[in-house]
Amino acid sequence: MSTTRKSVSIVIAGSGGTGAITAGSTLLAAAARDGHYGLMTKLSGAQVRGGEAAALIEIGRSGIDGPIEAQPDRFDALIALDWENIQRFAPEIPLDGDSVVLSDPKAGPVPAVIAATGARILEVAFGALAGSVEGGRINMVGFGVAARLAGLDETAIEAAIRAQIGAKGEKAVAASLAAAKVGAEALAALGVSMALSPGEKKARWMCSGNDAVGLGALRGGIEFVAAYPITPATEITEWLAVEMQEHGGRVVLAEDEIAAINMCCGAAYAGVPTMTITSGPGLALKVETLGLAIAAELPMVVVDVMRVGPSTGIPTKSDQGDLDIALHGTPGDAPRVVLAPISIADCAATTERAVHVAEALQTPVMLLSDQSLGQTQTIIDIPRTRPAPLKRLVEPAVTGPDFRRYALTESGVSPMPAPGNPGTQWVADGLSHKESGHPSNAAVDHIAQMKKRLRKLETFDWGDTWGEVHGPADATLALIAFGSTVGPAAEAARRLTEAGTPTRVVALRLIAPLQKNRLAEALAGTARVVVVEQNASGQLFRHLLGERALGPGAESFARPGPAPFRAAEIVAHLTAETREAAE
Amino acid sequence: MTIHEAPHVCPQQALTLKDFKSSVEPIWCSGCGDFGVLQALQRALAELGRPPHEVVVVSGIGCSSRLPAYTTAYGFHGVHGRALPVATGLKLARPDLEVITVGGDGDGYSIGGNHFLHACRRNVDITYIVMDNRVYGMTKGQPSPTTEADWDSDAAPGGTGVKPFSPLAIALAAGANFVARGFALDVKPLAAVIAEAVRHPGFSFVEVLSPCITFRPEEMEWKKTIERNAVTATTDRTEATAKVLGANEMTTGIFFKGDRGAYASAPTGHGDAEKIAEKFVVGA
Repeated sequence: MSTTRKSVSIVIAGSGGTGAITAGSTLLAAAARDGHYGLMTKLSGAQVRGGEAAALIEIGRSGIDGPIEAQPDRFDALIALDWENIQRFAPEIPLDGDSVVLSDPKAGPVPAVIAATGARILEVAFGALAGSVEGGRINMVGFGVAARLAGLDETAIEAAIRAQIGAKGEKAVAASLAAAKVGAEALAALGVSMALSPGEKKARWMCSGNDAVGLGALRGGIEFVAAYPITPATEITEWLAVEMQEHGGRVVLAEDEIAAINMCCGAAYAGVPTMTITSGPGLALKVETLGLAIAAELPMVVVDVMRVGPSTGIPTKSDQGDLDIALHGTPGDAPRVVLAPISIADCAATTERAVHVAEALQTPVMLLSDQSLGQTQTIIDIPRTRPAPLKRLVEPAVTGPDFRRYALTESGVSPMPAPGNPGTQWVADGLSHKESGHPSNAAVDHIAQMKKRLRKLETFDWGDTWGEVHGPADATLALIAFGSTVGPAAEAARRLTEAGTPTRVVALRLIAPLQKNRLAEALAGTARVVVVEQNASGQLFRHLLGERALGPGAESFARPGPAPFRAAEIVAHLTAETREAAE
Repeated sequence: MTIHEAPHVCPQQALTLKDFKSSVEPIWCSGCGDFGVLQALQRALAELGRPPHEVVVVSGIGCSSRLPAYTTAYGFHGVHGRALPVATGLKLARPDLEVITVGGDGDGYSIGGNHFLHACRRNVDITYIVMDNRVYGMTKGQPSPTTEADWDSDAAPGGTGVKPFSPLAIALAAGANFVARGFALDVKPLAAVIAEAVRHPGFSFVEVLSPCITFRPEEMEWKKTIERNAVTATTDRTEATAKVLGANEMTTGIFFKGDRGAYASAPTGHGDAEKIAEKFVVGA
């Protein structure tokens, strides 16, 4: 086993309190310092605190392949700190005959569900090894095993431990270093190695999509945030609450979801860039006010980190089932902007863009993230491009009695002076209104204002916001995806291309208003188009059909969460379909 | 001029009620108590001396919630029941503005009840005027949380059988910093109470008995049963609560003036987001 590999996938699992996630985070941090990309999905039980946990990690792939953006099809190694409740996670940890399982015989026999995978079982006395070190903990022994398995550099290992554990003091750091060392030695004694090819050492980002949304909000100029706690979106609120103490601005914890978006309405009206953060059930509560913000033309960003629904669903698992409500959920007919980041790295830039668009168009922008983008930790290249800033139009053409807040301009955007400015007093109103803002039941006013709101979205220069295309120019197959589905779809496209079917991925970022021309260009030349999404009813597929953006033969590959998409599943689906079509 | 730094223009001469009177014709029924509240508010604002462009009047949905358009101030007429969160966001984002929230009993105590509790608790420096007519007027006569249990209506024949609650007692229990009751037709004293409520720091609550002569014609009798200014303000919340619960529900006046510090407004200024972005960097 002397050859090195491009990547290695490792699971560290244990019961509550063993620190499996800490071990996983430290492994990711060490990989980053050793020049690798990485991706870590955290699994935990339903318990609020404690209970079993597992860190699912893939690291490596430095070089031309770029960051890891999808969970691996299978795992090379399972480091089982103990076997409690492993059954619950087993379906999410695919193992096979090439995998190894490292477990402590003192923790009991290997459960049948694991043994049945055919993985090679190796023994590591995690408990005894931890006990041999003063203050040693088994999770750090497990970390040492994993780091040596991946062949990570010792300085990277030490730096990662210092970064992760340093706050607990030098004694804890020393204990962790020693525990990692005995773990590494135990692994070496077993003669197994899955060492990575040398990494390319350079500065990268280590963050989650939720962190990146927070940064994008600050870069975009968000100064006021109101939110109500909801999984899996709360981390954005918490990240901002901490960072805004340093940066300026304010997070208000609202009494409920409806209050949160209404607070944003107040702040938006007051002239301040604002954001609210939620997940599906919260978005459902907010939609009445979303309609108000559209009608009264109030800028704000509404973040939805989607989870499995309907209703409470599975709060900790990813799904893309809120697209319908994001596109259509409001009373009446309310044209809106729906943006979805196409990767974790893109969460920062797309959030920043969302703030600019909201301000420039004086309208709410829905930012559709999902649990997988939001809560997965990654090591990625530092994004170098940022959107050009746009500001709200505040200077009125006239002041005094002739000032018209909702003047019918060519662009559809009219001046929105904030309170405090003399001579431009106006009333924001959910009632149909005239150009002055005064309520009106007249059809002529209602239709003129409806058209104005539509026109804003139609005439705006969206630039390259619409999306991205990756893959060969001669592609015959195109996969359309959004959000966290882009990563696995892109990996599937790479494999299909290598296997002889040139395939491209069309990552849709601006889902509404749909840029049909750009999409048509992206699909040009392909004979087959498949829309891949993580929901039961094919919401993106139906949206694209409704917009007449797909040819007659376009196919839908839609399936709900909670299981993450893996590239192999998409490839298998497409090749099976190909076979069926050929037969 | 940035959106944050609007000039504070001092009025050239003393403001009058007319400075706050807009050209929009109210939709209210002739004889509606809300006319009196509108006039009292305009009078109070003139007395307070902040020009109309430094004032924002926020409301939800209902007859009384149409009020913002009838003043010359900036205004916000939002969705049903959510005036207080709008006002909260507005004031926290722009503490320099004078924020007045208005609405009715259905809007504030029923669909917006939760926000009422939390606005009292949060104690942002805003004033909340509820025009309580004990009926849903805009939807033509259904019982509200302050309607008598035996009031007969199509929606609840023979009455709801449900005891109305005391908004003042709730406001006190939830932490409001100023609690008063006024009567819509006593314009001058009501204006004085509103002005004092606005001046008082923190969340000020003014419940105004405002007769609905269309769906509750019996409320025209209120002008005879009102017990005017039959209470003196206390700074003791327990004492104020006892007074509210013990007094005739037609008693007007200021019950409570507290000394809670108002909820702090948002820190302003922008740091450098790129310094924060550096926290993401590893492997440098």
